[in-house]
Amino acid sequence: MSLKVNIPTPLRRYTEGNGMIEVSGSSVASALDSLLQQYPVLKKQLYTEDGRLRSFVNVYLNDEDIRYLQKVDTVVKSGDTISIVPSIAGGLSSV
Amino acid sequence: MLIIRKSDYETLRKHGEETYPYECCGALLGTLKGADRCVVQVVRCDNTRDDRPQDRYHIDPKELIAIQRQATQQGLEIVGFYHSHPDHPAQWSQTDLAEAHWIGCSYVITQVEKGSANRTNSFVLVGESEDDKHFQNEEISVAAVEEDQPLCH
Repeated sequence: MSLKVNIPTPLRRYTEGNGMIEVSGSSVASALDSLLQQYPVLKKQLYTEDGRLRSFVNVYLNDEDIRYLQKVDTVVKSGDTISIVPSIAGGLSSV
Repeated sequence: MLIIRKSDYETLRKHGEETYPYECCGALLGTLKGADRCVVQVVRCDNTRDDRPQDRYHIDPKELIAIQRQATQQGLEIVGFYHSHPDHPAQWSQTDLAEAHWIGCSYVITQVEKGSANRTNSFVLVGESEDDKHFQNEEISVAAVEEDQPLCH
């Protein structure tokens, strides 16, 4: 199963500048594994030490947040696009 | 350095005035030229923090995906983001740093004082990972260049 992973600007320095990576897999988890096989250095950026996706890393399958699908077990098909989107938020106080 | 057309610079400042007393937010599309970020387009976003928009902002990731797609089609990339601080200095807060994850991008903050845009500052998020990320002051170069003229060479 061949699909693409959209890499955001800050992570492109770990993918030799590539913004779109071709991967294989039958689920989001295996597609992300395929991505990490090509670029192992991405692992620390995407996952915590105990192997969970970092809380600020949003993963979308096409236009759907995988949190509202079957998370990393979501089935993918050929031609799908996975997007990795670090969150954008903030505010003027710490309270 | 952040290089931006005067018209785009005014657009992002005006956005903060329009949403006052709430925070505005948006994305900056452009190109990376060595250590400089060259802004070609300002994209206004919705602040999804309806619970406390006066001191928080958040951009819907789905909107970011659409912006990223648009940028790629135009041969651009997301080089930064902007937001406003209503009645507070144009300085990053601990919340801004904790919630900033786009290392290598600019974070532009405009102080909006009683409804009028005051100071605008830019900070680059630098570091190798979440563990050592930090903001660095960044000079803003506002260029009086027309829309149809190249901004960066």
